[in-house]
Amino acid sequence: MANHLFLPLISPMLASALALLFARDKTRMVARVIVLASIIFNLIYSIWLLWVVGNEGIQVTQGAGWEAPFGVTLVADGASALMLCVATLLMLVTVSYSFASLDPGYENFFYYPLLLLLLLGVSGAFLTGDIFNLYVWFEILLLASFGLMTLGGSRPQLEGGLKYVVLNLFGSTAFLVACGLIYGTVGSLNMAHVAERMSSVTNPGIVTVIACLFFFAYGGKAAILPLFFWLPTSYHTPPVAVTAIFSGLLTKVGAYSLYRVLGLVLQDELIRLAPFVLAVAGLTMVVGVFGAMAQMNVRRILSFHIISQIGYSLMGLGLASAIGLAAGLLFTAHVMIVKTALFFIGGAAEQVYGTGDLKKMGGIARREPLLSIFWFLGILSLAGIPPMSGFFGKLALLQAGINQGALLISVVAAFTGILTFFSMLKIWNEVFWKKSYGDMSKLPRVTPGLLWPGAILVIISFALGIGAGGLVDYSQMAGAQLFDRAAYISSVCGSNGCEAVVDLALR
Amino acid sequence: MIFLLSIAIGSLFAGAIFLMLRRSVIKLILGLILLAHGAHLLMFTMGDGGVRRGAPPIVDYETGAVAPGTADPLVQALILTAIVISFGITAFIIALAYRATQAVKSDDLDDMATTDRL
Repeated sequence: MANHLFLPLISPMLASALALLFARDKTRMVARVIVLASIIFNLIYSIWLLWVVGNEGIQVTQGAGWEAPFGVTLVADGASALMLCVATLLMLVTVSYSFASLDPGYENFFYYPLLLLLLLGVSGAFLTGDIFNLYVWFEILLLASFGLMTLGGSRPQLEGGLKYVVLNLFGSTAFLVACGLIYGTVGSLNMAHVAERMSSVTNPGIVTVIACLFFFAYGGKAAILPLFFWLPTSYHTPPVAVTAIFSGLLTKVGAYSLYRVLGLVLQDELIRLAPFVLAVAGLTMVVGVFGAMAQMNVRRILSFHIISQIGYSLMGLGLASAIGLAAGLLFTAHVMIVKTALFFIGGAAEQVYGTGDLKKMGGIARREPLLSIFWFLGILSLAGIPPMSGFFGKLALLQAGINQGALLISVVAAFTGILTFFSMLKIWNEVFWKKSYGDMSKLPRVTPGLLWPGAILVIISFALGIGAGGLVDYSQMAGAQLFDRAAYISSVCGSNGCEAVVDLALR
Repeated sequence: MIFLLSIAIGSLFAGAIFLMLRRSVIKLILGLILLAHGAHLLMFTMGDGGVRRGAPPIVDYETGAVAPGTADPLVQALILTAIVISFGITAFIIALAYRATQAVKSDDLDDMATTDRL
């Protein structure tokens, strides 16, 4: 029993309420300090949690002291601790990029409270051990993201935002229906309890229906193949900082929920559906990267790459084994960092030029050499070239794929890596390398505030590549924990399982 | 009763999908509202009746027997939560759609495709 799992939820909640009070021109610095303090607290906490989970195993907090299957449970295992840590790190970097890049109008209209509520929803989704509670956290993070997406109210934002809201709402309704069906089938919503009772469901058809509904709901939020259309139509419309944090967090929460609910709770069904999941994964990779090739706008190209990378995360799930999930987690953690870094750097170039159109940009390599170096290192990492972290993410996935005989998906994954590099080189050529057509001397310079958030994330990616051993070990531990249902059930409900707790309570 | 409810849920979902496939923004929103109602009713049917395996959480303290006439309170709590959430989001989406139709000067979804073009 560990009561500290509430801390990363309380801190952004309180801080967003406080920052709301100071969202005025005169007191802007107070709001900034509150926001920074809360996020730094969360970051320190999540690093500590990473260490605690690594040493002592799964941490569990029972909400209000209710025993496990009755109350709401918060659970931190390796996967949630890893995701929480990366998400908080990205939030810290995003906030500092926002300090340097945003109009004051945004800050007066509650930009930071919304950002903190997004962090609250994301942290809650990573930590919860209850399926309906996961739905509620999803709604919190979605509502915060709706606000961030449309804050500013320009026409592209409203058009893109409407599609984003509608498609995510549709996915949420499917999620709700699946929650209802799961309660109707097994009579519980606690993940450990559901996992325990799933094995004794007599009607296998309903379990397939539930698994497919969850796959649809989370897949829509993660932007898998037939459900990704909301992403490239909306992600390039808000300010750069918002796009960057969305790319780092939102689709990845969908992928994490797929891992948690299909990989742990509905594990038998996942093993049955694995070929289907792998097929969707492969198609998502290929369609995403081909979609990116057709685009001529920095952030739209990067948006399509998000879709392609989600295919890799899904491949880890589709391998349906502890090694597969471990590799998927490793890759997801890496891509969250690198993708956000690329959005920051590409966004900085876009902000200097005032446009993201590849045809109108050019010549940045000569004018901003530092920015260009970090961009190039970033695309090396995204494409999976050593010594950057992307190499180890892809290596782990390919190793797991080949070990399990999933050759086709492994070939597709390797091939997509080459295409990714090719497509990123297009941005390199057009934005950084080629000569500028216009007069560049009048354009503003990239300020350090715009440069360092992306740079520091690229450096972290490089460090994770150099010290990949620790991360690989941790992700393997997390993958094993994620796939081990018996250990999860016994750490949430005690060694006799949840059913014993229910029997004791009902006598 | 469960039979009538199933028909009601089915018609709500069918009507919602039909409305969401239209091009008008207002019909899209009406479709989303109907969809949420369908999902809530579906959760409602999950409380009692044949499909459920778990016993209601309200039991007699001494004997552990289920008191006669009690309905499962958990589904009602779940629906209440879901209704509040969908109410809030509906309010947001109506405001958003209003601003979008003002900016685009049309309520036809086909006119809102500028961000999709290359």
